[in-house]
Amino acid sequence: MRHNQKVREAVKDTLPDLLAGADLMTRPNRTVAVPVKFLEHSRFRLSDAQVQQGAGQGRGEPGDVLQPGREEGQQQGQAGGTGDGEIRFMVELKIEEIVDWLWEELKLPELKPKRINTMDQPEYIREGWDKRGARSRLDRRRTMKEAVKRHAVQGNTALSVDDEPLSLINDDLRFRQLVKRPAPATSAAVIFALDVSGSMDEAQRRLAKQFFFFALQGIRRQYAKVETVFLAHAAQAWEFDESQFFQASSSGGTVTSSVARLALDVMGTRYDPGRYNVYFFYASDGENAAEDRDEARNTLVDIARQVNYAGYVETGGVASFRPRDTQLAEIFTEIKGTGLPVGTSHLASQDDVWNAIRQFFTEQARD
Amino acid sequence: MTELEEYAQQIEGLARRLGMDYYPVDFEIAPASLMTEIAVYGLPVRMPHWSFGVRYIHQLVRQSMGHSKIFEVMFPGDPCRAFLMDTNSTAENALVTAHVLGHADFSKNNQLFARFHAMAGSNIVETAAAHAHRIQLAIEAHGVERVEQVLDAALALESHIAIDGELHRSRYPEFVERKVAPTQSEFQQRFSQLPGVEAPAKQKTGQVRAPVPPHAEYDLLWFIANYAPDLEQWERDIFLMVRCESFYFYPVFACQIMNEGWASYWHARLLREAEFLPQPLYLSAIKAHSDVVRPFASGQETALAINPYYLGFSIWERIVEKHGIERARQVRTEEDDFGFIRNWLDEELAEQSGLFVYEARPGDEIRVATKDIAAIREAILAPKFNFGAPRVAAAELKHDGSLTLQHDHGSDGRGLDVNRAKRVLEYVNRVWRRPVKLVTVNDRAENVELAA
Repeated sequence: MRHNQKVREAVKDTLPDLLAGADLMTRPNRTVAVPVKFLEHSRFRLSDAQVQQGAGQGRGEPGDVLQPGREEGQQQGQAGGTGDGEIRFMVELKIEEIVDWLWEELKLPELKPKRINTMDQPEYIREGWDKRGARSRLDRRRTMKEAVKRHAVQGNTALSVDDEPLSLINDDLRFRQLVKRPAPATSAAVIFALDVSGSMDEAQRRLAKQFFFFALQGIRRQYAKVETVFLAHAAQAWEFDESQFFQASSSGGTVTSSVARLALDVMGTRYDPGRYNVYFFYASDGENAAEDRDEARNTLVDIARQVNYAGYVETGGVASFRPRDTQLAEIFTEIKGTGLPVGTSHLASQDDVWNAIRQFFTEQARD
Repeated sequence: MTELEEYAQQIEGLARRLGMDYYPVDFEIAPASLMTEIAVYGLPVRMPHWSFGVRYIHQLVRQSMGHSKIFEVMFPGDPCRAFLMDTNSTAENALVTAHVLGHADFSKNNQLFARFHAMAGSNIVETAAAHAHRIQLAIEAHGVERVEQVLDAALALESHIAIDGELHRSRYPEFVERKVAPTQSEFQQRFSQLPGVEAPAKQKTGQVRAPVPPHAEYDLLWFIANYAPDLEQWERDIFLMVRCESFYFYPVFACQIMNEGWASYWHARLLREAEFLPQPLYLSAIKAHSDVVRPFASGQETALAINPYYLGFSIWERIVEKHGIERARQVRTEEDDFGFIRNWLDEELAEQSGLFVYEARPGDEIRVATKDIAAIREAILAPKFNFGAPRVAAAELKHDGSLTLQHDHGSDGRGLDVNRAKRVLEYVNRVWRRPVKLVTVNDRAENVELAA
């Protein structure tokens, strides 16, 4: 229905606000309620009268109260936004659906898993039958079929339940065969790192969150299994779960290497880049302690070598200005120059989120 | 033949014996989803527009017959088309069949219906389907977006037709006779004969270009179709199609109470006199009937709206009881809801039914205001004036092609809702393609000018 298309547009417009909700990324039953408005087809209508009149029916004498008055505040809640000539209703949508729309709308490319030769994860697959094999792989149905066939060929057609059971000979036996096949890894791990030092304000975090959200959605589209790790850091780094992740804040200085080291540690212990497609996204305002520069660079290069893709988003600044090169932006640009799969982007406003997402996914698809 | 078809045939036979007079009715059994769709679009196949989608969502919750759960959709015409819902029980569908015959009788004989019938031909369902097809062709030729713009405007003005006017109208005359100055009085004649008085300039006669519109034009759909400076032919076509369907809906709208009441009267009477119906079936049908004409939702004692099935039914019963069926048939032919309520809803009936007028102030309690019969009648009829729409007329078409709309706030009693009016102006502006403005008043009765 054309109306549904209009709902889509409304959803797209309100999406940024929706994502401000707490734990959208990892919540299992992932639907959001979208308030859809502006969808009334307007007509000329008289303005609301001071006193509305109508005809009614029932017991009642002049002066009788039919419905008690409502508190002002209550009434607003009930009116549901109709005051401005809007119809407002909540549409429950699956996040996957929304993301599918967006991907279509923004014409974002699909991600590629790492190439097979770089990532052999052999898998046994059943293929064919043989007359010899291990007992446990005996295919009974197949074996019986062979026996029936043999009996038929030998002219023994009277097969019925009452008759003697079919006699099996060794020739009838069929065993399932297994072959070794390399299979691409279908699981991914996404590591989100967020600078929560004092210089990151609410708006910047919000942008980072939106970016993370869409990045994760994009990756989810590609892999059967996606696991997430949330790391926050100031002078030190900690791992959080999602609900606390965006609330975390610290007044300390910024030491990027701390979070990079923690990320390396996570990869080393839980998400071996040989078995997982690992993605690393880092959001920061770009200010890093000067003495940490070399350390940060080395650890980040380490990360970039191991992951499918490392993305750096810098928040803050004004949209129309090119950000001055911060220390971290310099580091990432430098790493990118060496040909590692790294991307940087700058988020100053809502619109930049889409650009950044598009940029990351295009680059990643090109690799 | 199914059980229902058999009953339907017998009910029709009985109806003819009781003197009902109608065009043949085609009955069709339809699934619930189709029924809602029909109820929303108004017609089984109608032009596509997204606003119907909104109505669909709202309708899903509401639509049903009176306070029952039965669903009935019927299109008057020759033949009439009626849809029965497949989930209704046989008893319910027998009731609906009888009810539909009541509508069929009404629509053949009522003047308002007959007038439309004469103007637009009889088979609205097919006409509407043909319209839908033409819109589809327009979509293919010009794209959804452009067609939708035109439909946005045309459907927003859906009710703005001249309800007393003709469906087929020609354009205003291009030229009119120049107004001749009034003949001179005796004194002036004698004065002009005095010596030394100049001979009066010779009166110019002949024709002059007529102003457009020559008078306030309330048929906005027609006016835009004919006088919009840059309207393309296919766009004009859409306006006229929407207008044609509006003409069809007007009698349905303006006779709703009478019509539903008449049909309820007849379904009750037909079922009562249908001796061929088995007793249990009759009982469940009559139970359904009492739900249909019940004034309140179940479990309540007052209602802030009037069930047209109930009101119409009670008035008809009373007319038949007091004046006989022939008089009732005459009323059916001659009145619409305005005449019906004003002439036939009397004090006694209003008192018996407990009708009242209520008042609601924003945020305040809702109270019974009065039980005065005149006030009750007007409160019932108020939403029905002018096809339920404010009176907005095309007042002036300037040489640069800009259009001025004038809201007749005097007769409507107050101004327009500004936000909605602005949006409508935007819709209109997209097809008019020149400036469009609207004059109405605000809360303090000062003139307000909206522009798009």
